[in-house]
Amino acid sequence: MTSPTAPGLAAGRLDAESIAAGFADLHAPLDPHEVLVAADRCYFCYDAPCVTACPTSIDIPLFIRQIATGTSAAAGQTIFDANILGGMCARVCPTEDLCEGACVREAAEGKPVEIGRLQRHATDTVMARQEHPFVRAALTGKRVAVVGAGPAGLSCAHRLAMLGHDVVMYDARIKPGGLNEYGIAAYKSTNGFAQREVDWLLGIGGIDLQTGKALGADLSLDALAEEFDAVFLGTGLGGVNALGIPGDDLAGVADAVSFIADLRQSTDLTTLPVGRNVVVIGGGMTAVDAAVQSKLLGAENVTIAYRRGRDAMGASRYEQDLAASHGVKLMFHVQPHAVRDGAIDLEYTSDDGTGLRGTGEVVSLAVDQVFRAIGQTLTTDGGLVVEGRKIKISGAGRTTRSGVWAGGDCALGGDDLTVTAVAEGRDAAMDIHATLMEGN
Amino acid sequence: MADLTTDFLGIKSPNPFWLASAPPTDKEYNVRRAFEAGWGGVVWKTLGAEGPPVVNVNGPRYGAIYGADRRLLGLNNIELITDRPLEVNLEEMARVKADYPDRALIASIMVPCEEQAWKDILPRVEETNADGIELNFGCPHGMAERGMGSAVGQVPEYIEMVVRWCKKYYDRPVIVKLTPNIADIRKPAQAAKNGGADAVSLINTINSITSVNLDSMAPEPMIDGKGTHGGYCGPAVKPIAMNMVAEIARDPATRGLPISGIGGVTTWRDAAEFMALGCGNVQVCTAVMTYGFKIVDEMKSGLSQWMDEKGYTSTSDFVGKAVPNVTDWQYLNLNYVAKAKIDQDACISCGRCYAACEDTSHQAIAMTADRTFSVIDEECVACNLCVDVCPVENCITMEAMAPGTVDPRTGKTVQTEYANWTTHPNNPGAVAAE
Ligand SMILES: Cc1cc2nc3c(=O)[nH]c(=O)nc-3n(C[C@H](O)[C@H](O)[C@H](O)COP(=O)(O)OP(=O)(O)OC[C@H]3O[C@@H](n4cnc5c(N)ncnc54)[C@H](O)[C@@H]3O)c2cc1C
Ligand SMILES: Cc1cc2nc3c(=O)[nH]c(=O)nc-3n(C[C@H](O)[C@H](O)[C@H](O)COP(=O)(O)O)c2cc1C
Ligand code: SF4
Ligand code: SF4
Ligand code: SF4
Repeated sequence: MTSPTAPGLAAGRLDAESIAAGFADLHAPLDPHEVLVAADRCYFCYDAPCVTACPTSIDIPLFIRQIATGTSAAAGQTIFDANILGGMCARVCPTEDLCEGACVREAAEGKPVEIGRLQRHATDTVMARQEHPFVRAALTGKRVAVVGAGPAGLSCAHRLAMLGHDVVMYDARIKPGGLNEYGIAAYKSTNGFAQREVDWLLGIGGIDLQTGKALGADLSLDALAEEFDAVFLGTGLGGVNALGIPGDDLAGVADAVSFIADLRQSTDLTTLPVGRNVVVIGGGMTAVDAAVQSKLLGAENVTIAYRRGRDAMGASRYEQDLAASHGVKLMFHVQPHAVRDGAIDLEYTSDDGTGLRGTGEVVSLAVDQVFRAIGQTLTTDGGLVVEGRKIKISGAGRTTRSGVWAGGDCALGGDDLTVTAVAEGRDAAMDIHATLMEGN
Repeated sequence: MADLTTDFLGIKSPNPFWLASAPPTDKEYNVRRAFEAGWGGVVWKTLGAEGPPVVNVNGPRYGAIYGADRRLLGLNNIELITDRPLEVNLEEMARVKADYPDRALIASIMVPCEEQAWKDILPRVEETNADGIELNFGCPHGMAERGMGSAVGQVPEYIEMVVRWCKKYYDRPVIVKLTPNIADIRKPAQAAKNGGADAVSLINTINSITSVNLDSMAPEPMIDGKGTHGGYCGPAVKPIAMNMVAEIARDPATRGLPISGIGGVTTWRDAAEFMALGCGNVQVCTAVMTYGFKIVDEMKSGLSQWMDEKGYTSTSDFVGKAVPNVTDWQYLNLNYVAKAKIDQDACISCGRCYAACEDTSHQAIAMTADRTFSVIDEECVACNLCVDVCPVENCITMEAMAPGTVDPRTGKTVQTEYANWTTHPNNPGAVAAE
């Protein structure tokens, strides 16, 4: 075994057991007793603020009451009615910023109702059953192309299939799931949950999944628009911003998302190399995930270098604490200046209100691996109008081209979150349905 | 620290907390440990007549009702009186009383409604040196089918008759334990008094079915597929018990008759409330069956702290103090006007008050887009529902309107004078004010 202090990039810094423990479920499922105690705490609020805070507007007080009264499967159904990826969302949603952050018991006692974990209990209950819980409406004879099988595409496709439309869902990658499969931190989605969930979702029928087909390379928007009654784009943000500093192209400088994708696809994490000294540039969820997982692979020193202050960080306080509790060091007000062989120079920043500037003062850290986590970019726009580096949409995902909708990370508006993508995919499906059925 | 010593019918005990006749007092082992834990007295588990003892079911004998966090709010039981031989109980009682002379030890008795049965058992109870007896006229299941327990307690004439026998064959205090399974609790209390009883104790348990097993389609607790009604007790019955206590305390026919309060006493505060309504002491069963003997520590410390704060030096200082304020609806002051008020700093914006008032009451709570909830004085009738459903204690309060101010709901000036229904113009039978 290599030790955490072995220099340079090395695999197997920790033994298999420690790695398995580190990458185990971040929030283990509640046991039946814990479920009842947690459900008991919900006040069944009027026009509940947690529901308002959920991008998919799950009827939270209702599903918790259903759990409390011994009907968890009905609770799961309530969740899936609003959010077909309620299982994944229960695992990956930054609940502290969403439902749980809005829970009145957070205001009252600083301890919200554990909505996420209750949601996991309810959705697990339904998914453990063999049959798919939804049936398709009478077939409409309409065909819709969904490009991208990430949360937005999956949600859109499921809703369309349910409403009786036939769907062909394309994805450039080999496996469906989008970032659920390639991006989410391993300890949030364990035991192949992402693929199980996709298989379960496809159980509705009427969705023809075609992987390895990329818009741009293999498919054109014109051809799709020609062949199908409607097109939905949920292609996410595949590109990664460059650092734009000397040394950006050195070996050892990589995209955080690629590192995580490799990690998610690895069948034996003891073979995945990681540096002794790792620096992650960025301040969002991706930065935290890359840092924590580096640490869990056995990196000795991991630092997140963020150019602004703690409050401006995209990662929630909970995630910052998660990083800190894993021994990740958080550095604020520093921006990358140059990467050299074995070291990175960080320049301090200040903001006097007219914009962020380097102060000229530079600090150097020893580094074997640098991860870029400074945001993702659009890779395909299909020739549609782009605004703010995303596909321009209005209403429920309508792009500037009639018959073409878009949602999820690739489309303008909303936070770049799994649950937001699910909401946008669902709402676009409803709008597509209304449009296709007009006059019928 | 306040002195908790109580004198009930001349029976002294170091505090007013007695254990009610029930499983906690069914044997020497329990009672010794209860006394060691600090209980002021016990009413021994009900004794039956000489001969083969009763038998209990060999399956579940309790059912339960829960509140939040599986807190036991109500318990129901189908247990009978002691299922141990009379001699064994009497020997144990004598030994325990000899070892704990400062504690109250009362014998609970239930024998058939025949003079000979009472004549036989009372001298033997007297020999134990117990401080008094309690007549169990309350047990609502099993024993009632055999013509005892609540079958006697529901017929005032029988109560009076049995009490007379007891006073004839027994010299020490006689307490009559009343069943709540009756329309007017004052009648059995009057009968007990007429028969010469020294006190009444109440309530015994309430007829109940706590739940139905929806798979077996039978009530719980279920014995081999069948269930029967049991006796309900615990925190859930406290309001019923307190009303019955108050009815007896303020009934001119029984006023001054000592009362031992029973039914859902769980904390010092419950005890203080029963005592304020006229009880000389209280008896506890479900709370100890839930938490064990140790809860008496909280009851004692709580009651004495409260007495110190209020300046009461003896329990007799506050026994019955609330009785004069229990009245009939017709005497409530209709000129008193209050309004609900929400403390915005305490409010957590759950909206429960809004749902309650808007959907089911008087549409007197306003809600803004940013979830600020406030009372609309023009609509509020001061019903208190919002206070009752609010999860934050003291967040909503009822504020009395000062006389002379105008109630925005009615447009009328709040009057200083007291005026009740008996003189109200809307009352067809109103008596004109002099
Ligand atoms: C590292 C990381 C961690 C994250 N952690 C969380 C988290 O914990 N919680 C959370 O809520 N959110 C998290 N997010 C954000 C979340 O994953 C995304 O917001 C969400 O996946 C967006 O869904 P989507 O369907 O729009 O896009 P994606 O999930 O990106 O899916 C897009 C799909 O389209 C396919 N595609 C792309 N281009 C083409 C093309 N040209 N032709 C065909 N197919 C194409 C891709 O292969 C992919 O399958 C994280 C993101 C990252 C990068
Ligand atoms: C299991 C059980 C058995 C009881 N047995 C008797 C009894 O033998 N004699 C009696 O007078 N009351 C009996 N009771 C009634 C209690 O003494 C008491 O009146 C009643 O439980 C109400 O008080 P609580 O709410 O504190 O439990 C019994 C109660 C329970 C729970
Ligand atoms: S805000 Fe909290 S307490 Fe209120 S309904 Fe939602 S989960 Fe329940
Ligand atoms: S007291 Fe009654 S009427 Fe007044 S606000 Fe509260 S619930 Fe409404
Ligand atoms: S019930 Fe209480 S806490 Fe909830 S909104 Fe009303 S006043 Fe506020």
